[in-house]
Amino acid sequence: MTKEFKHIGKATQKFDGKERVSGKAVYGHDLELPGMLYAAILRTRYPCAEILSINTSKAKALEGVECVLTAEDADVHNISYKRDHPILKKGRVNCIRDEIVAVAARSKEIAEEAIRLIEVEYRVKKGVYDPFEALLDTAPIINEFGKGLESFDNKNIAEAFHYEHGDLEAEKARSKVIVKKRYELPRVTHACMATSNITADYSPLTGRLTLWASTQVPFLYLRDMAHALKMAPSNIRVVQPVIGGGFGSKLDMLPFEPICALLAIKTAKPVQLLYSREEEFLASPTRQPMVIDLTTGADEQGKFTFRAVEIIMDNGAYTSWGATTPFVMMQTFSSLYQVPACRFDARAVYTNNPFAGSFRGYGNPQATFALESNIDLMAEALGMDKAEIRLLNANYPGEITGQGLHYNTCGAIPALKAVVEKGRYHAIAHAPKEGRYKRGIGLASMLHVGGGAKIYRSDGCGTTLKLDDYGYLTIITGSNEIGQGSETVLAMIAMEELGIEQDKIKIINTDTDVKPWDVGVHASRTSFVAGNSLLGAISLLKEKLNKKAAELLHIEGPDFVYENGMIRVDAHEIKIDKVVRDIHFMPPHQLCEVSFFYEPSSEFQDKQFKGDVSGSYAFASQAIEVEVDTLTGAVRVLEVHVSQDVGRVLNPLGLQGQIEGGVATGIGYALTEEMIYEDGLLKNPSFHGYKLLTANDMPKVHFYPIETNDGAGPYGAKGASEAPLIPTSAAIANAVANAIGVRFYSLPLTAEKVLFALVQKSVGTPRRCATLSEHAQIEKQKGHGF
Amino acid sequence: MNNWVEITMKLNGKTVSCRVKPSSLLIDLLRDEFKLKGAKPGCLEGECGACAVIIDGNAINSCMYLAINAEGKEVTTIEGLGSDDNLLDAVQEKMLSHGAVQCGFCSTGVAMSIKAYSEKMKALGIKPTREEIKKTLEGHLCRCTGYIKIIDAAEAVFEEGSEM
Ligand code: FES
Ligand code: FES
Repeated sequence: MTKEFKHIGKATQKFDGKERVSGKAVYGHDLELPGMLYAAILRTRYPCAEILSINTSKAKALEGVECVLTAEDADVHNISYKRDHPILKKGRVNCIRDEIVAVAARSKEIAEEAIRLIEVEYRVKKGVYDPFEALLDTAPIINEFGKGLESFDNKNIAEAFHYEHGDLEAEKARSKVIVKKRYELPRVTHACMATSNITADYSPLTGRLTLWASTQVPFLYLRDMAHALKMAPSNIRVVQPVIGGGFGSKLDMLPFEPICALLAIKTAKPVQLLYSREEEFLASPTRQPMVIDLTTGADEQGKFTFRAVEIIMDNGAYTSWGATTPFVMMQTFSSLYQVPACRFDARAVYTNNPFAGSFRGYGNPQATFALESNIDLMAEALGMDKAEIRLLNANYPGEITGQGLHYNTCGAIPALKAVVEKGRYHAIAHAPKEGRYKRGIGLASMLHVGGGAKIYRSDGCGTTLKLDDYGYLTIITGSNEIGQGSETVLAMIAMEELGIEQDKIKIINTDTDVKPWDVGVHASRTSFVAGNSLLGAISLLKEKLNKKAAELLHIEGPDFVYENGMIRVDAHEIKIDKVVRDIHFMPPHQLCEVSFFYEPSSEFQDKQFKGDVSGSYAFASQAIEVEVDTLTGAVRVLEVHVSQDVGRVLNPLGLQGQIEGGVATGIGYALTEEMIYEDGLLKNPSFHGYKLLTANDMPKVHFYPIETNDGAGPYGAKGASEAPLIPTSAAIANAVANAIGVRFYSLPLTAEKVLFALVQKSVGTPRRCATLSEHAQIEKQKGHGF
Repeated sequence: MNNWVEITMKLNGKTVSCRVKPSSLLIDLLRDEFKLKGAKPGCLEGECGACAVIIDGNAINSCMYLAINAEGKEVTTIEGLGSDDNLLDAVQEKMLSHGAVQCGFCSTGVAMSIKAYSEKMKALGIKPTREEIKKTLEGHLCRCTGYIKIIDAAEAVFEEGSEM
């Protein structure tokens, strides 16, 4: 049964776009409140040191300074889910982000001047910047606050995950090929175009704290803030200004936020804190850097047999949500393609580097890079076609994976086939590689949650609807718009179901005192969860309207059609606002308001991490063609073919934007982006040193959506917005290997790195062979095998 | 060194005078004094283009421009685009219809660049190629869109029949 839709599936302009493109939208940086003060933070000069003394007397004496805050003045709890992160540091500093003193002053200039006047005496210590070093017995304890750390077998482990299914040893034994490789993934950052910001206001009269905060998870944030400040959560109101980019960076509450709140509490005045771009690079989240040791096997036919995974993550000095990325990575290792056996171990290790955070894809780009590289290597070892080995092992509808994920619908095979065919994979892969510019093509697939992820006690979303006497609909949704286009999708659903025009729809979604609960923007869940929630609320609203309409039209229980502001059946029709007014003004006098809370049917996973954690699953493949300049090492991405199981396309314009934006971030991860840390110090904290792609670097992106119409999603839709960047770096690395015959096990593939490898390959090959055999001789003499 | 200087400029079509410090940046003057918040502080280092405004026909990063240099100049900000009849300029309309706006933080700067470029090309009677358009957009960073829809929008501005 395919219903004809008027709005769903039609390209629809961004609902809130006019405000944004005209400068009307109020971002955190644009807020001004009467009597507002400006905050600044003094951070440590050294990544690892003891603090011997802090002298704030000159700052306090500066005209215009209203508050100077150190750890001594702050009665607060540690933050982070491990509670291992003091918001202001005393006694010692552990990474280059560490906050020591905060100031609120009457102008930005005075606040900055006050920071310059603060004297801190340090005793510099040798830090630990390599997680493997931190695991040695000789390493010092880096963080002593963490909850539950005693359960781990090493003092510097902050978090650990173990997962397994199947008989690994038996599968190993029957494997024809086994490939074991180490992959190293860099630290990259979100680089949201709007820097981090917060404005806080506090009234001592009511004890209420209002925070204009750019969080993606306002209700969890409110709870974390309350814990940090030792306040009742309900005395905190979070209002989200327009957010200039999230991508996961606004999942963790960072120290600057409770610091700003404290300054507002202490001064009883509004206080604003805006990050500079340098501060943004230095002290906002990053993707979790890690080393992945991956062993995979396949049998003679090329069927996958097992995967054994060991991951060491650089946790940094404190724990962020980044430490829980193994939760997503283990899904990829256990359930992307059919895998009879899997063992997965991941450990997050404290170092004196900065902590990471969550970033679009949540560990999945790292996992997929390793896995899809290994798959190419196994195909090569077996002499198999790289598309064929993937198709042979691809996931299928009805599959229940070793981890217990239920693939009720699954577009993995059609997605793979689409990119292989449209990307002309075989023709390009097998074309001769000659001349200076060598072209190659690579494949990679991915699996991600498509129907939320039950990682908190509720993964739900509430919706309240108000249909007013004039036929205008207000949607009060728990979900948030952070630029991704969720407001547009919600408006489209309301237009579709209620026949109300877009200019009669208002969306309220920024105020925790008003909106119903929602877990937040993460896990590509908003269209799915908020969409289902809205549909639930609409059906309640329609119950009311239908009943009254039937009464007014003197007909019995018919199926009404909602169209053009009318409620209609056959030749009978009545204006929707007329029905609302009759409900309102005639006995028994009711308002046309309803509330609905949607909770996905997904399960909480058990202690072994088994269970059907999402309402549905998204699958995607990419085929990417690259050109390598063998003279300079520069890799240029020429064409990106993306095919993705999105369940159903709700807004093609918005979806395509998510695909292109995701791919761009994926290309940056593959080729240019890296935060360069040396001994805990960031060497490139600017757009000059940290290379984002520009308009000139973007290839063509071709998108082939696969519509599997999953029963769990709104109109069959699945989450879609993290997927497009997940397989990109893997496909690019595979393409580069195809082009030049050199494989890379770390990112990014900078021109320098590629050139170095090319030079080694050409001049180094004969010598390297000699060295290898020499090496074998030596090993033999020492009694080692090879 | 704190001697304030009086400057007069044409801001969004109106002649205005104000006193500025010699070290003041145009972005601060616009945002803090005139409360024109459409020019966005993306980096304040001249690297991202979010703060672009049009000065005498050229798109300029207002974070790299001393306010005193605006003396005698014609400055247009995003708030100055559009007219009473068309509240949004054709550039903004094209950006919306092509899906070039996501979080929007880069969008106002991008719109100013496309506007300045299109006016210039129009005056010269030139329709630029897609590659040329990409080049002119190179100074703008966008983390959301992957640029393709921004380039599409800019291209559409030059399509025949499109109002400029
Ligand atoms: S804010 Fe001016 S270029 Fe970035
Ligand atoms: S739309 Fe978000 S940075 Fe461009």
